[in-house]
Amino acid sequence: MDIMLLLESALNGALVGLMYSLVAMGIVLIYKSSSVPNLAQGAMVMLAGYVILAFANQLNLPLWVAIPLGIVTMFIIGVGIERVALRRLAGRPIIMILMMTLGIEIFLRAGSMTIWGGTSRPLPIGISDAPLFLGPLLINRAYAVGAGVAVAMFVLLVLFFRTRIGVVLRAISDDYTAAWSVGISVERGVALSWAISAVVATIAAVLWGSVQGVDQSLALLLLKGVTVAVLGGLDSIGGALLAGILLGIVEGLASIVLDPLLGGASRELVDAAMLILTIMLRPHGLFGRHDIERV
Amino acid sequence: MLFRQAGILHTNYTQDRALFPIPADRWMIGGLLLLAAAAPFYMNSLYLSSYMLPWLVWTAAALGLNLILGWAGQFHLGYAAVMGIGAYAAVHAQRNGVPWEIAIVLAGLTAAVIGSVFAFAALRVKGLYLALSTLALQFVMDWTISHVPAISGGTQATLQAPDIRVLGWAITSDAGLYYVALVWCVLVTTFMLNLRRTALGRALVAVREKDYAAAVIGVNSFYFKLVAFATSSFIAGVSGAVLIGTFYHAVTPEQFSVDVSIQALAMVIVGGLGSIIGSYFGAGFILLMPGVMNAFISWLTAQFGFSLGIETLAHLPHALYGALIIGFLLIEPLGLGKIYGNIRDYLLVWPFGYVKK
Repeated sequence: MDIMLLLESALNGALVGLMYSLVAMGIVLIYKSSSVPNLAQGAMVMLAGYVILAFANQLNLPLWVAIPLGIVTMFIIGVGIERVALRRLAGRPIIMILMMTLGIEIFLRAGSMTIWGGTSRPLPIGISDAPLFLGPLLINRAYAVGAGVAVAMFVLLVLFFRTRIGVVLRAISDDYTAAWSVGISVERGVALSWAISAVVATIAAVLWGSVQGVDQSLALLLLKGVTVAVLGGLDSIGGALLAGILLGIVEGLASIVLDPLLGGASRELVDAAMLILTIMLRPHGLFGRHDIERV
Repeated sequence: MLFRQAGILHTNYTQDRALFPIPADRWMIGGLLLLAAAAPFYMNSLYLSSYMLPWLVWTAAALGLNLILGWAGQFHLGYAAVMGIGAYAAVHAQRNGVPWEIAIVLAGLTAAVIGSVFAFAALRVKGLYLALSTLALQFVMDWTISHVPAISGGTQATLQAPDIRVLGWAITSDAGLYYVALVWCVLVTTFMLNLRRTALGRALVAVREKDYAAAVIGVNSFYFKLVAFATSSFIAGVSGAVLIGTFYHAVTPEQFSVDVSIQALAMVIVGGLGSIIGSYFGAGFILLMPGVMNAFISWLTAQFGFSLGIETLAHLPHALYGALIIGFLLIEPLGLGKIYGNIRDYLLVWPFGYVKK
């Protein structure tokens, strides 16, 4: 086995992993503020892709108009989901909340295919296919751009959490009863975190849509997103970023090493194994808070 | 329901703890059983084999999931994988010459052993983390089944299931297969009805409500979670085997994918957590809904003279299915079983609604 090949796939894996962490960041944002594990994040990414395409293709808007419009639409949809579906479930058992997000997942996924159809369609954002060389290593240009955007998104979120609204969100995630008692509107904060995570989902949709086209497979990013979010610690955005890189590298190496042994498709197996191992060995993830209850 | 409880006085504990303490309930259950047993004589074979049969088998499966979800309170997102293990175990056993009656027990035992792996996740973590780890285990099981040729017979392969033989008697007619499903469903239902009255059932409920509190009063939550997972996996395994034997007649990995797990979960949620009659309602609702929806949509399009694309028609029932789950959780979180209970309680005292039941 060629060491250069391994290095190359690890590097590309890390870049893809950073794009996974875009999906994971959305999950983390919602979990931080309301302890709701959002299993609909993948479907939100998919819906965002379709919404942008609807603006671009059906209204014939240029992409640089369609993407901001898509972000605004998803912001509203995010607030709407929280208002209609999840606010009334506050305080209910976790089974109900998980089932609700699964219901939303099915509804969004099937709903967007009902409206726009299931055939895969391209979302070209003008990244050239020409390979990028880093010394002798060949890098996929789309992945590099995606990774850059993911890091930029992370920096933006960190800066956002230093603003006044961001401090409010941090207070809610720290202890929502205490936040309530000092006069913070917890409902509004939670709604805002859903909106932000819908916006992050839109950005993930643009990047992933340009890589693999917009279709149902975008919703399958959920498994990667959940794995990355749990591995990084469900309430740590920085953790999601690092865990994304880690999972990407492991996946990249696994696809080189394990695929010939197992006859392909080892990526999903690696994801599931990482998820199980994390939960068994370190349920609070790499950087999460330690107060997750053990039995 | 058209009866009163007035005058029914239980004078000892045995009477009070009977399965159906009210005589009218006993008569109704008897009548329903007779109707179910006589179904092949008044129902045409299409309804019998494509609606009644899957409904009964899925009800049995939903009851098994209800045991873990509604009674023990443990999340299980990999239920279909456990059913799949049972199905493959039974088919392989039969193909190697094991009689069906033994193969089906083997299926249950295999599923119980492997399903207990899920329990070890439950013993370490709970709530969300349990849900995620069972989901991951579902993916691992899917992958293992479809990528190990010894199990699935090669990728993309379909394994033909041999005919069911009970005591050397081949069962191939629609009515015969229906009776197999009916017997299994009645068995599971009886088990679940009695579970309520046993120490095991009460211990499971104690673990569900609060495992620390259960430990304080001397209930070993470790042991009872393991028992709950093993029992429900046994039911799942046999249900999977019966489903393959009586309905699909062939087994492929896709029949037990993660979507099917979510479907089973939807049956329990829509039916009502911990409700036995609810599992019947939930399974029927989830199974019949797509067909009814399709018929309804095509009626609508014909009525109003507009046409929908094929893709729209294919995905619309799914979207409505998601919307129904959302709607149930918002409006009646305890599902159809609770709605039935409300109607029953209302009618029991009608027209004196102010009387508490």
